[in-house]
Amino acid sequence: MQKLDSTFKNMVLSLGGVTLIAAAALGTVYSLTLDPIAQADVARQEAAIKAVVPSFDNAPVAEQYRIVTPEGDSLICFPGKVGGKLSGVAIQSYTKKGFNGVIDVMVGLSPDGSIVDYSVLKHAETPGLGSKMQEWFRMDKNRQSILGFNPGEHKLWVSKDGGDVDAITAATISSRAFLDAVDRAYRSYMASLDVNIDARTGATASTDSIAASKEYEVDAKSAATIEYQPSEKEEATHE
Amino acid sequence: MSNRSTAVLMNGIIKENPTFVLLLGMCPTLGTTSSAVNGLGMGLATLFVLVSSNMVISAVKNLIPDKVRIPGFIVIIATFVTLLELLMKAYVPSLYESLGLFIPLIVVNCIVLARAESFASKNNVFSSMLDGLGMGLGFTIALTLLGALRELLGSGKVFGLNIFPEQYGVLAFVLAPGAFIVLGYLIALFNRYIKKA
Repeated sequence: MQKLDSTFKNMVLSLGGVTLIAAAALGTVYSLTLDPIAQADVARQEAAIKAVVPSFDNAPVAEQYRIVTPEGDSLICFPGKVGGKLSGVAIQSYTKKGFNGVIDVMVGLSPDGSIVDYSVLKHAETPGLGSKMQEWFRMDKNRQSILGFNPGEHKLWVSKDGGDVDAITAATISSRAFLDAVDRAYRSYMASLDVNIDARTGATASTDSIAASKEYEVDAKSAATIEYQPSEKEEATHE
Repeated sequence: MSNRSTAVLMNGIIKENPTFVLLLGMCPTLGTTSSAVNGLGMGLATLFVLVSSNMVISAVKNLIPDKVRIPGFIVIIATFVTLLELLMKAYVPSLYESLGLFIPLIVVNCIVLARAESFASKNNVFSSMLDGLGMGLGFTIALTLLGALRELLGSGKVFGLNIFPEQYGVLAFVLAPGAFIVLGYLIALFNRYIKKA
């Protein structure tokens, strides 16, 4: 077959044809992979939650709600329940104080706020130094471990700054950042408890979380956060 | 397989190895090879795009007028990269996360467009497929080798298997400077011993 000449008509038609076919192919694959991608996301989140919350028989991802941080931002909170009773919460926290950008940490807290476990979701700390945080803060050596630690009773910052936790050797900045993320999760969670006084018994918190998660499904993120947060903030100022 | 087919296939692996001889696509080469698995993943992703875009471009080469061939090729390449991105997100999310931004960047990888322009647009579908396969394999082998060496020197592991204790690793090899050093030595050795032969 002879190659098409570069006339205006030919160029428009061929580029139009190529883009049309490309669009059709992409549209098809997009709709085919939509479900698997959503499932993979849920599976990843659930794996992270499972790593930090002792046991649950509900669907924490579906029941997620948002809690307000002291800085006015919000964190996603996944409640883990056994037989409808709160067994622990997984809070997806972050810090901007990392040595190399944002660090995302999933922090598991027991209902009273002590740290059950944690899992570093995303970081760009120096490999071999700051990247040790996934193991370092759970090793039962000196004062490294923060598992079982209640930040209300101990000082959750590095010993160099007068705290109760030993920083990673040669990675004090990463350690400070990591503890900042954990501390943010703790303080936000405790603040949310103070707002919902019945939360310890599970009553208010569970209805709130169901309401919030429903809004979340229907109206996507913005509506849920906008409608949910201000009421918490107002009540917080009364405290 | 005829002699010509073998020559086309081996061309990309040895004589015109994209990484060691042509020095094309250095950005993903240096950026993603911090471990052997990442290097292999990136190489296979590029191989997939190379083979499929080469075949399609070769099939439609006469339907695309010369003056608009580059935009046409780019749209075809970008389509395959986006397909790959969606599929990886759905079925191998962990690999997708570790490669991250470098997957969409395959669109502008010079090897892919260079093969489309200099080979696929002048040859039939079968040779174009072989060319894409050869180039892709050459790229994959180079990236895997680079990743394995960096992982070994930096953390004492290859594909996550311990070879020697981690504390004897030289951290710099996992970081950017190590990428340049290892790549430089590999290029030198490749050209001295393999390409000559």
